[in-house]
Amino acid sequence: MTTASILPEGWELIVGLEVHVELTTTTKMWCGCSTDFGAAPNTNVCAVCTGQPGSLPVANARAIEDATLLGLALNGGIHGRCWFHRKNYFYPDLAKNYQISQYDVPLVHDGHLDVEVEVADGAFETRRVGIERLHMEEDTARSLHVGDTGRLHGADRSLIDYNRCGIPLLEIVSHPDIRDPETAQAYLRELQAIVRAVGVSDARMEEGSMRCDANVSVRRFGEPLGTRCEIKNLNSVRSLGRAIAYEAQRQVVLLEDGVAIRQETRHWDEGKGVTETLRVKETVTDYRYFPDPDLVAVVSPAERVEEVRARLPELPAAARARLVAAGLSPAQAVTVVGGGSLTVLDDAIAAGADPSTAANRLTGEVAGQLGAEGITLEESGLTGAHLAELEGLVADGTLSTKLAKQVLASVIDGRGAHGPKQVAETEGLQQVSDEGELRAIVEQVVADNAGTVAAIRGGNDKAIGALVGQVMKATRGQADPRKTNELLRAVIHG
Amino acid sequence: MADPTPPTPPTSTTPPATDAAGGSAADGALTRSTAVALAARLRRGEVSAREVVDAHLDRIAALDGVVADGPVWAAKAAEELTADDVHAYLAVTADAARAHADDVDRRRAAGEELGPLAGVPLALKDVLTMRGAPTTCGSRMLEDWVPPYDATVTRRLRDADVVVLGKTNMDEYAMGSSTENSAYGPTRNPWDLDRVPGGSSGGSAAAVAGLLAPLAIGTDTGGSIRQPAALTGLVGAKPTYGTVSRYGLVAFASSLDQAGPFARTVEDAAQLQALIQGHDPRDSTSVREEVPDLLAHLRDGIDGLRIGVVTELQGEGYEPGIAATFEASLERFERLGATIVEVSLPHAPYGLPAYYLIAPSEASSNLARFDGVRYGLRVDAPTAEEMNAATRAAGFGPEVKRRIMIGTHALSSGYYDAYYLQASKVRTLIARDFAAAFETADVLVSPTSPSVSFGLGTKTADPIAMYLNDVATVPASLAGNPALSLPAGLAEAPDAPGTQLPVGLQLMAPLLRDDLMYRVAWAFEQDLGFDPVPTGPRAVEVAR
Ligand SMILES: [Zn+2]
Repeated sequence: MTTASILPEGWELIVGLEVHVELTTTTKMWCGCSTDFGAAPNTNVCAVCTGQPGSLPVANARAIEDATLLGLALNGGIHGRCWFHRKNYFYPDLAKNYQISQYDVPLVHDGHLDVEVEVADGAFETRRVGIERLHMEEDTARSLHVGDTGRLHGADRSLIDYNRCGIPLLEIVSHPDIRDPETAQAYLRELQAIVRAVGVSDARMEEGSMRCDANVSVRRFGEPLGTRCEIKNLNSVRSLGRAIAYEAQRQVVLLEDGVAIRQETRHWDEGKGVTETLRVKETVTDYRYFPDPDLVAVVSPAERVEEVRARLPELPAAARARLVAAGLSPAQAVTVVGGGSLTVLDDAIAAGADPSTAANRLTGEVAGQLGAEGITLEESGLTGAHLAELEGLVADGTLSTKLAKQVLASVIDGRGAHGPKQVAETEGLQQVSDEGELRAIVEQVVADNAGTVAAIRGGNDKAIGALVGQVMKATRGQADPRKTNELLRAVIHG
Repeated sequence: MADPTPPTPPTSTTPPATDAAGGSAADGALTRSTAVALAARLRRGEVSAREVVDAHLDRIAALDGVVADGPVWAAKAAEELTADDVHAYLAVTADAARAHADDVDRRRAAGEELGPLAGVPLALKDVLTMRGAPTTCGSRMLEDWVPPYDATVTRRLRDADVVVLGKTNMDEYAMGSSTENSAYGPTRNPWDLDRVPGGSSGGSAAAVAGLLAPLAIGTDTGGSIRQPAALTGLVGAKPTYGTVSRYGLVAFASSLDQAGPFARTVEDAAQLQALIQGHDPRDSTSVREEVPDLLAHLRDGIDGLRIGVVTELQGEGYEPGIAATFEASLERFERLGATIVEVSLPHAPYGLPAYYLIAPSEASSNLARFDGVRYGLRVDAPTAEEMNAATRAAGFGPEVKRRIMIGTHALSSGYYDAYYLQASKVRTLIARDFAAAFETADVLVSPTSPSVSFGLGTKTADPIAMYLNDVATVPASLAGNPALSLPAGLAEAPDAPGTQLPVGLQLMAPLLRDDLMYRVAWAFEQDLGFDPVPTGPRAVEVAR
């Protein structure tokens, strides 16, 4: 799915992304309330975050530092002085009917991301997406509309949970540099990986701690920018790609029919695979921004910024380069770094595992099992040391490749409580490679299958496979296949 | 929580003679006393905090127009108030005040070290939150809203064992200069019950002037402490912006609002300001710098100080009685050894228009939270939007709506640059003017208000005439400088020959030099010898 394949000849797609990231600070942006996800409704609230008359906000210093760290990771500049503004609009999920945000001077300006886009099977191209700004704001409350449409308008009644109100939120605005869905997806994945690498948020789209809106427009090559539509409700990287492709095609069809694009906000319907009008922007909403008189300027002296920069961990691009140098394929490196298994892989390598083998396990069977069980790698309890230990058991012949998979699955089943060696022992999963024990079984199989043995002796070498199967059956799969083969030939051919 | 100890028995066995105010002669002395004198008598054990509180509660019950019943006394409904009711209080927290006084007496008897004003009663403007009673801001919108927390000012007063008697009337959301914009009926001036006490802190001013409390807290955004102090013969101060926490002060205009003291003497006001000021981590705009001790040099005199007369804050627009009193005040300063210098605040004339853009702009945003969703009034309607609109239409009075509309307009795109931004620039220029003026003068002086107290209802139809009350007070508000009004004498009311009413003198000091402002005020006050007890044919009843 590239621009060439989704749009007719001569059309260009223009995409800019606005990504919101909820910070995982322990307290909210303006008060001391907990940011715990999943607490009972309206338990993490106080006078400040419910907008009680007379209450005042005090900026969370940790949130400002986290935002600075992420801004630096996105190659941005930090303004030495910036301000908070009030964005005024009425909505029940806004406790004060204004949102404290940033306006003309954001904390972070002029960053960029270099993202790896797969252009052919296994071949990647680096593309740069400019980042206009990163600014700090506060999250809104969560509302539940009961009855009718499920939205505020037309609801019988609405319930509001202010637990989320005032959680520190960052908005990261890209330049409209994106020309195809894949780059948009790669950008979002890369941003997610960076956010996680610097540890400022868990960036889970399904829980809403990372949210993405896409501004999509199309134009004929060389023409001025077209009217854009903002697409909301993109709950996964996959949705983002699908929604952009759908929206671009919708706009081209209209324009080719001579219908003008209406500037509007559209809702992505994942089930139907279409975007639908959410609200039409007949007039530009006037948010009446002005500097929040309850707050003072955020001052970031250069030396303070450098202190924060010194805390930057290895970023995904650097990690990918390192892994490729260590022998991983670019695709594998992208998957490991993007899939959150880098720490475990690094631990495995440190414990002596082969990078490529360990990466194969992580992106193959481990990822498969985690996906099937719906758990994270962290929750699985699997460690890098486990992977290294498993590899050792394969190398010394204790486990076959097949048994290794079984052991790995059992380690994850036990959430890492027992390592591979212990699992193999307690479940009796070692290969039967003890020569005496295996020879006895082989001799029995040979005695029981006189016909097959005769055929082999008569030159039908392939028939030996059936006898290997018999031995495996007798040992419940634990016989070392190579050794079994050797022994069978030795016994049959004398 | 129930008080486990029985009430303190009366200390006197002979019933005192009842005076005209319904209290006793002895109580009359208690309610006329200054806060500092009361505190001294309390320390010496000559009187109990409970007796002091009861004397004030008796006087409030007799004169203020409250229903003196239950743990919290409510003010009478607006239509039931008479022309003799001062109506300083919206709610009197009688039980809590008595319990606090008893507690102070108990702890004093136990030898506990108490604060300098421990046991002294105080009236709190109903814009500061306090648990246990509604905080209405003079609005229907918050008629039944009992705040879930105490303002920092409230907490500091409690920690200092100052006994809060109740919450005082005010112009709705502090928007006004006469207290006639209260949704609960106007407060009357204790010097002439047919006149206004000024505003927006008119209830606090009337409480202290009417001897219904020795001290009060008001808030000043563009003159809302100083102007009512001037109109009621009191000392009222707006501290340096940022020195008194705004946490729990329901915002009108956040960049201007500042709580401050009302008292009948300079020393009382200084003592009270000293109790409430200081850095508060809950208020981001709270300054970390220490204000010099307000009392250490109070009595140092003003010999050799340079008193700056602000060219732009005199002349046309000030009543003749105001101008004459001001001239006499300058002569007094000279007699006291100060030098009078003429200074200019060239941008001060633009202060009033700038103020009436900045304050409503901030207010339009600050008051957005009153939407019927979380607290306060809710007028039900089919949709959230309609509920919101109906609630705000019913809950806000006309002046509040006017300012929300002005502010919304001033912040709108296309108008922001011409209005809000331009006003902000004027504000910066005025702050620079002040800084420059203080290079040639130690303090600045002007009349506080262009007029003496005016009759109830005489300016309500003309918002511009009402706004002009703030012409001399808004420059210091915009610049953030400390400013104080103290009595400068009496002058004849232009509309009532023979009626003498208080005139205020405004002192303005450099940022964080509130101490200098009090020192100059004290010297002036001692020389003038003004009696703050109201007199006149329509003055509130006072036992003499
Ligand atoms: Zn909170």
